[in-house]
Amino acid sequence: MSSSASATSRLSVMSMAASLPSVGGYSSAASSIYAKRNTTNILERHLNKTRGTEVSVNAFAFLFSEMLQYTQKRVNGIQDLERKLNELGYRVGIRALDLLVWRDKNSKRETRVLGMLYFIHTTVWKTMFGKQADSLEKSTENEDEYMISDNDPMVSKFISIPKDVSQLNCGAFMAGIVEAIMDGCQFPSRVTAHTVPIDSFPLRTTILIKLDREVLDREEQLK
Amino acid sequence: MNATHSSSSSGGSGIGSGPLSHGNSPTCYFVMIGTKDNPIYEAELVSVNTARSSSGGATISEAKKEEFRHLNQFIAHSALDMVEDLQWSSNQMYLKVIDKFNERFISAYLTAGNIKLLLLHDAKSEDAIRNFFNDCYELYIKTLLNPFYEPNSIISSAAFDAKVRLSAKRYL
Repeated sequence: MSSSASATSRLSVMSMAASLPSVGGYSSAASSIYAKRNTTNILERHLNKTRGTEVSVNAFAFLFSEMLQYTQKRVNGIQDLERKLNELGYRVGIRALDLLVWRDKNSKRETRVLGMLYFIHTTVWKTMFGKQADSLEKSTENEDEYMISDNDPMVSKFISIPKDVSQLNCGAFMAGIVEAIMDGCQFPSRVTAHTVPIDSFPLRTTILIKLDREVLDREEQLK
Repeated sequence: MNATHSSSSSGGSGIGSGPLSHGNSPTCYFVMIGTKDNPIYEAELVSVNTARSSSGGATISEAKKEEFRHLNQFIAHSALDMVEDLQWSSNQMYLKVIDKFNERFISAYLTAGNIKLLLLHDAKSEDAIRNFFNDCYELYIKTLLNPFYEPNSIISSAAFDAKVRLSAKRYL
């Protein structure tokens, strides 16, 4: 590990040496560059450093397809696969929650359900997928169900699903992210993803959030 | 020789006046508590701003500090109830002073992911503690972003510890 790292630092020295004016200070500059490594402690990096950066869709699609292939080899059954995707999304969600709340400097903790859902609908979706989610609805039949819909979810766009696993919904990954955020803010709920295709958007996915009983009781008390 | 004599006598009178008060020790106890009420990080921080400069007094308060060190955990644990009460009434992260024990105050800071940062301290300015908590929250997020760090597990990184102590020295 150390030899490869020193090799790359040597390469960077060469490129820098080419750009540095060739005066007497070259050797001292080279030795000081040699001494510095490229890697910084994660605790030293500023959290806003990657705030506006974007990752290419290709990279994400490739990574996601690899994640799917990896999990596919280790599960038996569609339910299991969706559960594993959910767990992967969960790991993303916990980190996204704290990071996004911190980056949005004036935001406070969310204590109400609607505020939380609005936060997910706008801020989280915008950071993750570049646009807000397409709709946020409250179910008319059940008090405790809310739905967030995405017309063109990035996770499903590049995955072609064969006929024998046609029930698989890759939105389970997004459902995992939402579940982690709800859990983190103390709104425990069951989150699932369902495909509801309509004419213009065949991949439209709805994330159904079913809040636990205790969340509703607390909402009642806070009103 | 003479100097230590006089300071130790003043320390002795201090002990006689309040046997249970360990307000002589200028340490703050900082603890981060995860979502399952499990401590993920704790530190005893020496605060320079309220330090008493008596060497004889220091040795006596050292002994008392050993006795009362386990008490810090109990105090912090009981303060958790107060945090949970206040959690839903305010949407602020910094919950200021939430509890008092003998002469020590307990301030709390609640993060978005429901991690509680508690600080046991003597009387201090709110702004200083708020800055310290903000710093620690930033460090926590940076640790959390590490994909090898399991959320809710103990933070054992020496770099993290060093940074917390540095921040404490700066603000507290």
